[in-house]
Amino acid sequence: MDLALAPETLARWQFGITTVYHFLFVPLTISLAALTAGLQTAWVRTDNEKYLRATKFWGKLFLINIAMGVVTGIVQEFQFGMNWSDYSRFVGDVFGAPLAFEALIAFFFESTFIGLWIFGWDKLPKKIHLACIWMVSIGTILSTFFILAANSWMQHPVGYRINEERGRAELTDFWHVLTQNTALAQFFHTITAAFLVGGAFMVGIAAFHLARKKHIRVMRTSLRLGLVTVVIAGLLTAVSGDVLGKVMFKQQPMKMAAAEALWEGEDGAPFSLFAVGDVAKGHNTVEISIPGVLSFLADDTFTSYIPGINDINKAEQEKYGPGDYRPNIPVAFWSFRWMIGFGMASFGLGILGLWLTRRKFMLPESMRTGEDDVPNLVLFKNKALSPKLAKLYWITALWTMLFPLIANSWGWIFTEMGRQPWVVYGVFQTRDAVSPGVSQGEVLTSMIGFTALYAVLAVIEVKLLLKYVKAGPPELTEADLNPPTRIGGHDQDADRPMAFSY
Amino acid sequence: MELHDVWFVLIAVLWTGYFFLEGFDFGIGVLTKLLARDRKERRVLINTIGPVWDGNEVWLLSAGGATFAAFPEWYATLFSGFYLPLLLILICLIVRGVAFEYRAKRPEERWQTNWEHAIFWTSLIPAVLWGVAFGNIVRGVKIDADMEYVGNLWDLLNPYAILGGLVTLFLFTFHGSVFAALKTVGDIRARARWLALKLGLATAVLALGFLAWTQADNGNGWSLAAMITAVVSLVVAIGAIAAGREGWSFAFSGVTITAAVAMLFLTLFPNVMPSSLNDAWNLTVSNASSSPYTLKIMTWCAGIVTPVVLLYQGWTYWVFRKRIGTHHIADAH
Repeated sequence: MDLALAPETLARWQFGITTVYHFLFVPLTISLAALTAGLQTAWVRTDNEKYLRATKFWGKLFLINIAMGVVTGIVQEFQFGMNWSDYSRFVGDVFGAPLAFEALIAFFFESTFIGLWIFGWDKLPKKIHLACIWMVSIGTILSTFFILAANSWMQHPVGYRINEERGRAELTDFWHVLTQNTALAQFFHTITAAFLVGGAFMVGIAAFHLARKKHIRVMRTSLRLGLVTVVIAGLLTAVSGDVLGKVMFKQQPMKMAAAEALWEGEDGAPFSLFAVGDVAKGHNTVEISIPGVLSFLADDTFTSYIPGINDINKAEQEKYGPGDYRPNIPVAFWSFRWMIGFGMASFGLGILGLWLTRRKFMLPESMRTGEDDVPNLVLFKNKALSPKLAKLYWITALWTMLFPLIANSWGWIFTEMGRQPWVVYGVFQTRDAVSPGVSQGEVLTSMIGFTALYAVLAVIEVKLLLKYVKAGPPELTEADLNPPTRIGGHDQDADRPMAFSY
Repeated sequence: MELHDVWFVLIAVLWTGYFFLEGFDFGIGVLTKLLARDRKERRVLINTIGPVWDGNEVWLLSAGGATFAAFPEWYATLFSGFYLPLLLILICLIVRGVAFEYRAKRPEERWQTNWEHAIFWTSLIPAVLWGVAFGNIVRGVKIDADMEYVGNLWDLLNPYAILGGLVTLFLFTFHGSVFAALKTVGDIRARARWLALKLGLATAVLALGFLAWTQADNGNGWSLAAMITAVVSLVVAIGAIAAGREGWSFAFSGVTITAAVAMLFLTLFPNVMPSSLNDAWNLTVSNASSSPYTLKIMTWCAGIVTPVVLLYQGWTYWVFRKRIGTHHIADAH
C-alpha cells in the first residue's frame, strides 16, 4: 500500500488535525474562564458597572469559543477506539482511568455549571451566579490535569507492569501516574501557556478598541488585566518550559537532541539558532549556534555532556532491537523554535506594553490619564509616544494576539512528533497502535469528513467572533443591574422575557 | 459479585443516564419540526433544554471514558467496529452543539433557518443510530478470535437493529414531547400533550415488537421482568399524559427508558459484545475487562462522584424549574 495513504499515516494525520484543532479552543477556554470569573468577581465586590460590562463582553467571546472546544472534545474521547484500537487494548487499563476521571470529575462539573452561568443571570443571586463561573474555571483546570496525566504516561510511562499473558500494560500505581514529575511539569507548562493565550487575546482586542477610542473604560481595564496576565503567564511559561525541558532531557533524550539537531554528542553542547541538516547522512550542513547553552538548558552547567541523535539511536537499537528510532528531525527542530519564538515574542511585547501603560508612581503626574481616556503610551520619562508610534503599538498588539496560540500548537506538534516512533515511549510503537480492522477507505472518509466540517466551522466561528469583538461591550439593562435575590428568580418576574435565551 | 460485574452495572447506569437525559434532548430537537409552528415556538422548545443539554451529553463521554477504562477490549472493538455509524453520530453531535450555541447569535433569516434544520437532523440521526448500535450489540456481530469486528457496514443494517433504531427514535421523541408538555406553558403545552399521546401509542407498538423479539432471541427470566416493567410503565406514561398528569408521565417514560436499557444489558450479561461467528469469541465481562486494581480505583471514583453529579445536575433542574412560553422569548436575537 502506498505509504502516504497507509492507514497508520492517515490515522496520524487525522489525530494531528483533530487534536491541534481542538487545542486551538482549549487554552483560550481555560484562560478566559478564569479571567471572566475574575472580572465578575470585581463586579460583585465593587458594583462598578465597567466590570459587569467587561464580564458580559469577554463572557460572550468565551462562550463562542468554548462551544467549539466542547464539541471537538467529543471526538477525542472516541477516536482512540476508532482509529487506535490496538493502542486502546494495550493501554486501556492504565490510560483509560485518567480519561474516565476527566469525564466524571471535570466534564460534568464544567458542562453543568456553564449551563447555569449562561442561563442563570436572572435566576440566581449574584454571588451564586459568580460561583458558577468559578466552578467552570475549576472544571477546565481539573480537566487539564487529568488529560495531561494521561499524556504524560505516554511520554514517560510509570506505575504499570506488562502483563505478558494478556499482552497489555496494567496499572500498578495510579498515584504515581498522577503525580510523576512529567505530569506536574506538563501541567504547569500547559496552564501557564494557556493564560498567555488568553492574556494576549485580551490585549489584542482591547488595543483594537483603544486605537479607535471606543469603549475606553472597559477596554482600559481589559488591557491592564491582559497585560498583567501576559507578563506573569509569559514568565511562568518560560520557567515551566525550562523545568519541562530538563525533565525531557532525562526521560526522552532523543526528543531533545532532535529539537537541537545535535547529531553527535558533545561536552558543552551549543544551542542552535538555525540549522539545515542532512537526515540521511546524519549531520547538519549549515548551522549557527551559541556554544554551551544547550548543556546549560539541560543541566544548569555550560560544560556537561549531551548525547546526540546518532548516539541515542544506536543506544536505542541496542536496547529495543533493530530499527530507526529517530523522529522527524526538521519538524522537531523547527517546531521547538517556533514554540519558543512565538511564545516569547508575545511575552516581550507584554513587558513592553506593561511598561508603556504604567501608572501611578512610575509615571509622572502630567502623563497620567483618567478612566475615560485612552492611556498615554510612555516609553521615556515625561514624553508620550508620537501618535504614529502609539498606533504602531496598538496594531502590533492586535496582530500578534494569536502568537501564543501558534506557540501552543507547535508545542504539541513538537512533543508528540518528537516522541515518535513511539506512542508510549520505550514501550509501544505507533505503527502497532492502529486499528487493524479499520479500512483505508474508512479512515479516509472520517479524515476528510472531520477536516471539511472543521474548516467550515472555523470560518463560522471566526466570523462570529469578529462580529462580537467589533460590537464591543453591551449596554447594561435594568435586569442586569438588579439580579434576583432568590434562587429560581422572583415570582413577580415570572412573566418577563428570559435574560438570555437561545 | 466481582468488580467487573459491578462495572458492567455501572456502564449500564451511565448509558441509562445518557438515554434518559439526552433522550428528551433528542426528542426536543425532533419536535422543533414536529410540534413547533413558528420560530418562537421552536425557540421555546430549544430553551427548555438550553441550560441542561450540555451537562446531559457528558453522560455519553462518561460512558465512553468508563468503558475505555473498565473494558478496554469492549471499547476498542465497539468503536473501531461500528466505525462509520459512530463517525456519523460524532459529526451530528458536533454540529448540534454548535447549532444550539450559535443559532441566535446572528439575526439573518438564512443563518437561523439553517441552524434550525441542523438541530432537527442532528437530533434525529443519533436518536436512530444509538438504537441501531445497541440492537447490534445485543444481537451479536461478526467478531473474530482476535476480538476484531470483521463484518461490514451493511451487516449492521439488519431488520432487528433497524427496528431498534426506530424504537429509540420514537421513544426519545415521546419522552421529549412529555418533557415539552411538562416544561412549557400556553398553546404549545396542550399540543405537546396531544402529540405525546399519539407518539406514545406508536412507541408502544414498536417497543413491544422490539423487546419481544429481543426476549425471544436472547432473553432470560430477569430480562423478562425488565421487559414487563418497560412495557407497563410505558402504558402508565401514556395514561398519565392522557389524564394531564405531566410529571407522572415524564417519570414513567423515564422508567421505560431505564427498564429498556436494563433489559438489553440483562440479555447481554455476562457478555459485553457477543460474536455471531463463534460463542468462544464473545467479549465477556472477564475477558474484556481491566485489572482488578484499575477497577477498584474506578469504583472509588464513580462511587463518590456519580451521586455528587446527580445532586448538582438535579439542582440545575430545580433552578430552571419554571415553565416557559412564547412570552419568555425576547424578540431581539
